[in-house]
Amino acid sequence: MRRLRPWEAASSEITPRGTYLRRREFLRLGAVGAGAALLGGSRAFARGGPAHGEKLAAVQPGPRQFDTDEKKTPFDDIASYNNFYEFGTDKDDPLRNAGSLKVRPWTVAFEGEIKKPQTIDIDALQKMFPLEERIYRMRCVEAWSMVIPWDGWPLGELIRKLEPTSRAKYVAFQTLYDPQQMPGQRSGGGIQYPYVEGLRMDEAMHPLALFAFGLYGEALPKQDGAPVRLVVPWKYGFKGIKSIVKVRFQETQPPTTWNLYGGGVEYGFYANVNPEVDHPRWSQARERRIGELLRRKTLPFNGYADQVASLYSGMDLRKFF
Amino acid sequence: MAVQVREDSPAPRAPAKKKKADWPWRLSFAACTAPLFWLAGRALRADLGADPVAEVLNRLGLYTLSVLLASMACTPLQIAFGWKWPLRVRRMVGLWAFAYAVLHFFTYAGIDQGLAFAEIWKDVLKRNFITAGFAAFLILLALAVTTPAAIMRRLGYRRWKRLHRLVYAAGVLGCIHFLWRFKLKEPQPKAYLAVLALLLLVRAVGWVRGRAASRAREGPRVRPGSV
Repeated sequence: MRRLRPWEAASSEITPRGTYLRRREFLRLGAVGAGAALLGGSRAFARGGPAHGEKLAAVQPGPRQFDTDEKKTPFDDIASYNNFYEFGTDKDDPLRNAGSLKVRPWTVAFEGEIKKPQTIDIDALQKMFPLEERIYRMRCVEAWSMVIPWDGWPLGELIRKLEPTSRAKYVAFQTLYDPQQMPGQRSGGGIQYPYVEGLRMDEAMHPLALFAFGLYGEALPKQDGAPVRLVVPWKYGFKGIKSIVKVRFQETQPPTTWNLYGGGVEYGFYANVNPEVDHPRWSQARERRIGELLRRKTLPFNGYADQVASLYSGMDLRKFF
Repeated sequence: MAVQVREDSPAPRAPAKKKKADWPWRLSFAACTAPLFWLAGRALRADLGADPVAEVLNRLGLYTLSVLLASMACTPLQIAFGWKWPLRVRRMVGLWAFAYAVLHFFTYAGIDQGLAFAEIWKDVLKRNFITAGFAAFLILLALAVTTPAAIMRRLGYRRWKRLHRLVYAAGVLGCIHFLWRFKLKEPQPKAYLAVLALLLLVRAVGWVRGRAASRAREGPRVRPGSV
């Protein structure tokens, strides 16, 4: 059991908005009553849940103003419903196939426009700053969402330590490329590997942006991007690149995997959560929170507009989607 | 000349009572219901994964397309192997395809979209893959409604037959709906398209042979050993 933090008790006493909404949802579901009955109790796992990672030492609560007090998505759901195409394109493929990933030994190379380019061992990297718990909403581009208690530290702290030069305008991230360990990289389905992502420097320095090493106080399950992944909660989940091996600081905007795919029709560089800009094949106006039956409204910047909207002032977010 | 049930003869009915048990019909019926029981079993065991709505929606869609292709395979099976039982089960299998389509559609409209009609209508108009799926659903609806013999008689058999050829359009639209749904190039929709193409090919061959046979009956030129 994870120890409770003082402020958590308070939030759990409030009737979650979702529960209140669900009562009405069930009333509205009269039209499909039989279907609703079939869907009940969805989150129990008949065949035993996914394996837990090693317990992380000394995780502190993060700055509370960033945390959501919404109901956290159960571990079993977070660790069994994944988009990690390196291990297959079905939601349960990563859980089934990620066992082949070796997360130790592991190093992350930091290079490009920084005064101190270096390669850091994963254990040393994890200890560079105190791990904080951050309870963030995670909004997938496929219009589903979760609430995840990440354990990590702000990427900005590391970047400051690496001393970027004045030419560092963007940060480019890269996932491990090893088809032996990541069988999905062999049958790309049109995707180019390794998976690459990028952030503008000010986005990467934002205190919400996280390097995550764990969730629920335990080391990241492999299918969730072990041993280290990016978390940028105001952007669609695919921006949160997993199993990172390289971070490069550069002057030009780096390519991103989903922008390279299909001539840029999927998503642009920014990929900020925006209910007003649809995906070509579905609306982004609403989302289904995992564990709930009916959709809820998607919030601009995934509910983090107060913190991050100023990063994009003056930009046409319909154009820079 | 091998026996071939003529295209324009009414679909044979299930045999009347007191006859021998029609096992192909019973087995086909059981096969059509099996996926539904399997899905319900998973639901009752709470074994539908983290997003049960998406799982049920996608499964029902897959079953719709599978059963639809099975119903479209009946005549090709008869053409290819001379079996008659596929024609006895064709109507029943087709109606099951429609039943799955109804479940799929109402899972989408009722649960996935929560009866948000404005959103649904926007989806239907704006998203190509939903437009294709919805069009296929409307076709299946028209075919199901015109299934009873009384309606067939009222329409006149030729008109009824022409209407029910729309099942090919529904099959193509269903496969496109499946194909366009995915982000990546997935193999499964292509396999369904390949099956559909094969079924259409067999029907085309059957049609050509049928024409050759009827010409042979009418004209002076008799092809030796024609089918």
